[in-house]
Amino acid sequence: MGKFVQLVVDGLSTGSVYAALALAIVLVHQATGLINFAQGGMAVLSAYVAWWLTNQGLPLIVAILLAIVFSVVFGALVERWLMRRFERGDPDTAVVVTIGLLTLITGFAGWLWTYNNQQFPSLFPLDTVSFLGVSVSVRSLGTTAVIVVAMLLLQGLFVGTKLGLALRAVAINPQSAAFSGLPVGRLLMVGWGLAAALGAVAAALVAPQLTLTPGMLDNALVYALAAVILGGLTSPIGVVVAAWIIGILENLAAVYVPFIGFDLKVAVPFILIFVVLIVRPQGLFGRKTVVRV
Amino acid sequence: MTLLELEGVTASYGPVQVLDGVSLSVPEEGAVGILGANGAGKTTTLRAISGTVRAGGRITFDGKDIRGMRPDQVAALGIAHVPEGRGTLGDLTVRDNLRVGAYLRKDRKGVDQDIDYCLDLFPNLQERITSNASALSGGEQQMLAVGRAIMSKPRLMLLDEASLGLAPSTAKNVYDAIRRLRIESGIAMVVVEQNANLAFTLVDSATVLETGRNALTGTSAELRGMDEIRRAYLGG
Repeated sequence: MGKFVQLVVDGLSTGSVYAALALAIVLVHQATGLINFAQGGMAVLSAYVAWWLTNQGLPLIVAILLAIVFSVVFGALVERWLMRRFERGDPDTAVVVTIGLLTLITGFAGWLWTYNNQQFPSLFPLDTVSFLGVSVSVRSLGTTAVIVVAMLLLQGLFVGTKLGLALRAVAINPQSAAFSGLPVGRLLMVGWGLAAALGAVAAALVAPQLTLTPGMLDNALVYALAAVILGGLTSPIGVVVAAWIIGILENLAAVYVPFIGFDLKVAVPFILIFVVLIVRPQGLFGRKTVVRV
Repeated sequence: MTLLELEGVTASYGPVQVLDGVSLSVPEEGAVGILGANGAGKTTTLRAISGTVRAGGRITFDGKDIRGMRPDQVAALGIAHVPEGRGTLGDLTVRDNLRVGAYLRKDRKGVDQDIDYCLDLFPNLQERITSNASALSGGEQQMLAVGRAIMSKPRLMLLDEASLGLAPSTAKNVYDAIRRLRIESGIAMVVVEQNANLAFTLVDSATVLETGRNALTGTSAELRGMDEIRRAYLGG
């Protein structure tokens, strides 16, 4: 029983990191209708910025906050100077551009900081606390708590604020949004900036555990996409719950399903993607898009 | 007092010249129709005004040169474009569509009052208020598109083919409501319409476009009396 709880809590923690990336993907999708494959790469870049700042002697929390600010600006600039050229064209082209951006950022980070693993200090103490008879790391709890707060803020933004409504309106129909006076270009930049900030938070949370490398979040991106599909592209709460389910199932399957083991556990999210796409394409929590002609 | 003035407006899509010197004058609280065959440049004229197509010539609104402005800047001046095909925001509820229309307004109370006004003007929307716009019928979507324009408290509304694809009785309902809106609000209007009979129930004057130019301009009464207009646009 102790082992089971331990696996569940660890799964929750890794699931939270997938959740943060998934939330960023949902945010960009809500604001622009695109899936940004470079979301993880952009997040890694901000982690490098934080790491570089701590090496200059800044306290960790200050370095992370500055890296988040950097990410907001970087995300907005990527939208303004790169994505905007493709936003009016075929969406598939824009998606391929984000894949290219991922490759570019990874290469850039490797060129600047090498591909060696760098130690990234942890925001939370390495202590453990006892919980239901098992010891749980403070880092797992802290990571999960940060993600829950981010999720609630994002849900509140979309559902409860004028800015959130405006971001959704721009994503659905930029021209109609402009006819109502919405500054479409500025709103797209805000959407990309906010998403990049979320990615920065995810990277800062996971970097101590994975150690910092240019491809640190490549795997996490696959899990995040699985969470996005499982949870539904329209629901921040949905994708977080889905990311947790994936994190937990992956851990449990590795231990309790002998033929999967640790080698095959990466297959778990893919199996989930297939099943969900076949059975419930709008995701577990997403709303079905009704097209009426 | 003239609110909107177009002089010698030109526009092209690539090498194809669509507008070749269109003029139009809309007085404060007035309503002007634009009639013409398919491809005559009716929709493009509206798009030139709202800044969605690049135009030459002169376009002034309330004495201010608005040619070359972005659509959201034009909207902020008080021009609401109800586009062909309605442009409702499918994944948002009826209420959220109306709230998006009021994006630039700061007066919360006034916004709530205007939502109530829209629902009074278009009672069909009342029972669909929490439905997604994509689930509405064509007529209801048209009503919502007009409602969204009302919510921005415009001084001028650009209506593009509000009757397109609607059953005749639905089209009449929509135009009845717009006429009531015009009387009660004093919003000036530019009305593009294939169905000239419907247009004449709303506008004071109209211009007929042919291949991107004004072929005829006159009051509704004058135009209705002309044989060529009757033959071409009024069904005999």
